[in-house]
Amino acid sequence: MTTPVEHERTQVDPAGEEVRTEDRPWQTLVWNDPVNLMSYVTYVFQKLFGYSRDHATKLMLDVHHKGRAIVSSGTKDKVEADVAKLHAAGLWATMQRSS
Amino acid sequence: MKKWTRTGDQVLGRFDRQEAAVVRGLVSQIQDMLLARAEEAPQDELAELTGIRTGPSTPPDDPILGRLLPDFHRLDPDSPDPAEVDSANALRSLHEPELLDLKTGVAAVVLQTCPPDGGEVRLALEQAEAWLSALNDVRLALGTALDVQEDMPDELPPDDPRSPHLGVYHWLTWVQETLVEAVLD
Repeated sequence: MTTPVEHERTQVDPAGEEVRTEDRPWQTLVWNDPVNLMSYVTYVFQKLFGYSRDHATKLMLDVHHKGRAIVSSGTKDKVEADVAKLHAAGLWATMQRSS
Repeated sequence: MKKWTRTGDQVLGRFDRQEAAVVRGLVSQIQDMLLARAEEAPQDELAELTGIRTGPSTPPDDPILGRLLPDFHRLDPDSPDPAEVDSANALRSLHEPELLDLKTGVAAVVLQTCPPDGGEVRLALEQAEAWLSALNDVRLALGTALDVQEDMPDELPPDDPRSPHLGVYHWLTWVQETLVEAVLD
């Protein structure tokens, strides 16, 4: 058995310094889909992330109007766990490196 | 079905016999699909020894299962970045067993608390939250099967084969919406 291995990759930033990729924060994205209810999505953001009603509603409206929103960010482990929780709730979530 | 109401730490609903049969039937079907997917997980002795389970690394072919078990990265459908595909596959393999447990678990809560012949449904908040997830999974599945779009009409033309099923979808939407309201009350 093998467990997924995180491949170390390095990248040279414009200032000429090497940036270790594991130091770069990751982002959790939620994408719009035609099934999930606006009220339910807001509820999920409040419950999973402890966001206020207002903040959760703003993120939900961003998803609805702009097609996607960044709903959390942090280390790869944290964002990975957030995406897993959002999948359990039925939201269409993905993760990406911050650019 | 009247809309759900919140009483203290409990949420109350009532389904007639036919409504209960619809909810239970759809939730069981989703649960069966998810359990069948769990059966596809690679079996190995080391996993049993270590307790670290791995699921399949590739997404389900079935579009309904694909929507319930999404990739961890947004992949370009035409020319996906190979490194992202590898990462998405590894993350799926790592997380899918738990996701399947959670989804079959919330389905089980609905099947335990929704009386087969209809009647009152009395839920603790935690159970109501399980119902929300399970109802959402059913709506995702039906929505995928019916190809629901953002501007879905209340009714389709009578000759559309999806027409009779859309009513069930809209009813489930209402059941879920009023349950969100009751939980947040």
